[in-house]
Amino acid sequence: MSLDGSLGVRVNGEHRRLPGGISIAEMLNELGLDPLRVAVERNLEIVPRSTLGEVCVEDGDDFEIVHFVGGG
Amino acid sequence: MTAQQDIKADTWTVAGRTFTSRLIVGTGKYKNFEENAAAVGASGAEIVTVAVRRVNVSDPGQPRLTDFIDPKKITYLPNTAGCFTAEDAIRTLRLAREAGGWNLVKLEVLGEAKTLYPDMRETLRATEALVKEGFEPMVYCVDDPIAAKQLEEAGAVAIMPLGAPIGSGLGIQNLVTIRLIVEGAGVPVLVDAGVGTASDAAVAMELGCDGVLMNTAIAEAKEPVLMARAMKAAVEAGRLAYLAGRMQKRRYADPSSPLAGLI
Repeated sequence: MSLDGSLGVRVNGEHRRLPGGISIAEMLNELGLDPLRVAVERNLEIVPRSTLGEVCVEDGDDFEIVHFVGGG
Repeated sequence: MTAQQDIKADTWTVAGRTFTSRLIVGTGKYKNFEENAAAVGASGAEIVTVAVRRVNVSDPGQPRLTDFIDPKKITYLPNTAGCFTAEDAIRTLRLAREAGGWNLVKLEVLGEAKTLYPDMRETLRATEALVKEGFEPMVYCVDDPIAAKQLEEAGAVAIMPLGAPIGSGLGIQNLVTIRLIVEGAGVPVLVDAGVGTASDAAVAMELGCDGVLMNTAIAEAKEPVLMARAMKAAVEAGRLAYLAGRMQKRRYADPSSPLAGLI
């Protein structure tokens, strides 16, 4: 946690700073992502879609955000 | 019952879901989403394989596969392409289940990049773990009837032996082992990988496979949409030939016109 209350997290391997006290759903909105089209893993644990609005982002969290792409 | 009705009734079922098309197509390697969607349409496929990858956080507005191929109309079968350990594959499919909301998945655990041959020890371990977590894995595997049996015992809902290495287009290399797998299996068997052209798909179906899964053979054809049509026809032709039961082979000629009444 920094002096201004913002959080340092990793999203898909990249460092990001986010305002403190936001939920994962709010983080997705901030990133321009539709929560209905992605799956979120936080510190190697799946975050069920139904709880994205309730789980708060914490300093140091490591997120993987994935979706379906073309593949064989 | 007429032959026409027989054909209509010829469905196959995997993990309680029934399908009419026996062709599953991949969605990789296409020039663009429009061509991909057109090829899926022409193939008549009811199932497509998809990969699970990181979203592009720096450019979230890019077009998405789901805008072109509707997951409500076409069953998405998430794969674990690129996974080399059971743990990676399981992690990927947990995310896939959360993204899509379904348990039917394609498991592949690869052994090495050069051949993309499956690592059967890891594949079996992943199958067991996934089944315990409630997944219904259709499993990519070697064309080995014993490995196929072990996967089925572990709870695989379909056995998907390679015909040849992924993306090689070499056609089915070992007809004998594919046939042995078909004869021994109590779950659907689909040739997955190795098909290069329509006759390869027909061969798979003539061996009695329940279906064929392919990607590169269509995506890398000069005219992918036309090849998708060809594959649809080949899978149907091969299936009908299998149901019809082929003639016995002979070593010498046997005239088709009567010998009696010759002038």
